[in-house]
Amino acid sequence: MAEGIWFNFILAAIPAGMPLLLGTLGEILTEKAGNLNLGVEGMMYMGAIFGFLGGFYTNSAVVALLMAFGGGLLGALIYAFLTVTLKANQNVTGLTLTIFGTGLAALIGENLLAGGSVSVAFSDELKAAFGSLRIPVLSEIPYVGPLLFSNNIFVIIGVICAVAMGLYLNHTRRGLNLRAVGENPGAADAAGVNVTLYKYVHILLGGGICGLGGGYVCFVTCNGAWVQNCVNGLGWIAVALVIFACWSPYRAIIGSLVFGALSVLQFYKPDFLRDVSAPIFSMLPFLVTAIVLVITSIRMSREKVQPKGCGVNYDREER
Amino acid sequence: MSSAHPAIELLGLTKTFGSIVANQDIDLTVYNGEILALLGENGSGKTTLMNMLSGIYKPDAGKILVNGREVNIRSPHDAIALGIGMIHQHFKLVDVLSVQDNIVLGTTGHYANRRQLAREIRNLCDRFGLHIDPSRKVYTLSVSEKQTVEILKVLYRGARTLVLDEPTAVLTPQEIERLFAILRKMRDEGCAIIIITHKLNEVLEISDRVTILRRGRCIGTVNTRETSARELTERMVGAAVDLSIHRPEPLRNAPMLDVHHLTVVNQDGVKALDDVNFSIAAGEILGVAGVAGSGQKELCEAIAGLQPIAGGAILCEHISLEGLSPREIIRRGVSMSFIPEDRLGMGLVASMGMVDNMLLKEYQNQPGALVDRAPARDLANRLVKELNISTPGVYTPVRKLSGGNVQKVLLGREIASNPRILITAYPVRGLDINSSMTIYRMLNEQKQKGVAILYIGEDLDVLLELCDRIMVLCGGRVTGIVDANLVTKEQIGLMMTGSSMEEAMENV
Repeated sequence: MAEGIWFNFILAAIPAGMPLLLGTLGEILTEKAGNLNLGVEGMMYMGAIFGFLGGFYTNSAVVALLMAFGGGLLGALIYAFLTVTLKANQNVTGLTLTIFGTGLAALIGENLLAGGSVSVAFSDELKAAFGSLRIPVLSEIPYVGPLLFSNNIFVIIGVICAVAMGLYLNHTRRGLNLRAVGENPGAADAAGVNVTLYKYVHILLGGGICGLGGGYVCFVTCNGAWVQNCVNGLGWIAVALVIFACWSPYRAIIGSLVFGALSVLQFYKPDFLRDVSAPIFSMLPFLVTAIVLVITSIRMSREKVQPKGCGVNYDREER
Repeated sequence: MSSAHPAIELLGLTKTFGSIVANQDIDLTVYNGEILALLGENGSGKTTLMNMLSGIYKPDAGKILVNGREVNIRSPHDAIALGIGMIHQHFKLVDVLSVQDNIVLGTTGHYANRRQLAREIRNLCDRFGLHIDPSRKVYTLSVSEKQTVEILKVLYRGARTLVLDEPTAVLTPQEIERLFAILRKMRDEGCAIIIITHKLNEVLEISDRVTILRRGRCIGTVNTRETSARELTERMVGAAVDLSIHRPEPLRNAPMLDVHHLTVVNQDGVKALDDVNFSIAAGEILGVAGVAGSGQKELCEAIAGLQPIAGGAILCEHISLEGLSPREIIRRGVSMSFIPEDRLGMGLVASMGMVDNMLLKEYQNQPGALVDRAPARDLANRLVKELNISTPGVYTPVRKLSGGNVQKVLLGREIASNPRILITAYPVRGLDINSSMTIYRMLNEQKQKGVAILYIGEDLDVLLELCDRIMVLCGGRVTGIVDANLVTKEQIGLMMTGSSMEEAMENV
């Protein structure tokens, strides 16, 4: 049943792409505020470890989610304070945040595992909370039901996030102000927009969403167990996906689906590719990322490019 | 005017940047229903003063009174709330957003839908006789259309006090007339308007009163009707200045630079220059007039070898320059100098001192792998002395110099290489009257030495006085090449907007 395999393939691609979607959405929001935050990887790690601690010690799914969000937000707060308030270089700060977040997660994780146990993990009931949900009625809808409404809670969060962000950016006054801040903070400031406030709010929100992506890796991909180096480069793919998605939250859904599909392709490979070894498939998302970056850097469109103010800190009194 | 209420009173405003005092104890008053001109040289603190009024800078000392009440303006948001709108010299618009989005940006008002907003904007346009399509993206607009958007932004926010920072620098004479008509209309509706400009004839034409700043201090306020250009200049500069530009007779030797059917296609695939023909003789200044973006930049860069040409030929003393890089052009013995529009971007390295900037042009003539700074240092010291460049030292990064001094450094370096052809793009843009006069004098000296000069300018009065002939560009095409003695400003203005030379010349 070829159709069944295809359907299962897409069904598997959705959860695989979800951490990418969350990371990408967070970074889109950050870049729309005119800040390029290369610390996505670090914020995802912080979301993962804080979320894990929250779930591990309280046994509550809500606390786990909030802590994951908070972990990313904390990383973003460091970044925002350094770049927006102290006007530090955005690239350097972002890269350092990646190193910091990765190291912090490894440090805490090492201590958790050093307790003598071979592995630390959520309780079974908490694991179940992050397993597949079956929303009554909606999950009965053919095709759409299983894709959207009988997946884990994150799929719903991710899709709602993307759609809400798209509506916010394109159809509200605040979204308009935010886009102006990212494109030309001087113009936004002169028009009466509070640039610093907009930057802080959206960098923090973006970091929180990235943190949820990290939480996903820990809660779902690793089945609620703490695994060192669990994020493993997803944050960097998310940064690249932002470009692939042309800074559109809607296109981020498609982009993360494509990359999710690439990462599970090895389990669904057609017969004639059976002899191709697994590492080649594992390499695919990174290879495609590189290719996408090359292609998108050639294509020039005036409106589907990075917000112009990205990477440059705004100082009102600068002469 | 005495019966009117003061809209804005500035009392003892002071602002320092590090050790530099930009504004020292400045008093200024503007009444409802009047246009006040703010006049001063570069660096006299006009823009700084207005930026304090519009909330960009915070004053170090002094008071601001709006309608007689003391206010504390901490941000542009506060200024807008007080009905103060500023139109900055460098437009504060978001390119990728539509006109409408730019206008409503930052306003918190009612949640009207797009169609309602478009109607409100149209009503505003009708009231003040403005024309703009609210759905167009800002990057597709011309400079004067962008200014219209800035004016609409201010009007939409209901500003009663309007500040315009050098609004006419980039407009054609016809567009300036239109702008002035709008300003007069606003004045008649009771708005207070402050206009910053360098151009004395505009001050005399539009303003009711003039406040003069010199070196960050307020020199005084005069009624426009009771003053003259000469008096204003003297008060502004602090000394008598000869305002006439001397024009030596052109030598009219053999043509030095010939441009035949030049066509240049820009990055977007649009013809930036279309079949351009002209020649410049040795010892002649050819002026180029045109609305900003009519192909001036491409023309300069094509001649300098920085932009590939799609068709036609550029001959310098009968040597074709087509397809050669700037360095090859120099190697073939064509000595040409290019003073680009973007002085600190293309002309000089902003973070290097004068010496290293001299070295950039020098080092190629030096043998060996190591550079010798001594000749460059000598040249730098000579320029400082000859051109009166005010700088803390020849090693100070040039970005710390004022606009006029930067231009002297650049022009001085280029002239020191004894060019045969000199291409200058907007060499006096942003310079005050004294520095401008120095630049004109330097260009005339070169002309008398037999250099062929291409002068791209924006001030038509200057083009008419300085140049021997004027070529007018419109949308990348040459609408005419005229003798500067036989043409008026209005005629050039018409040609800049696309009228043919014959049509323009009938308009006397």
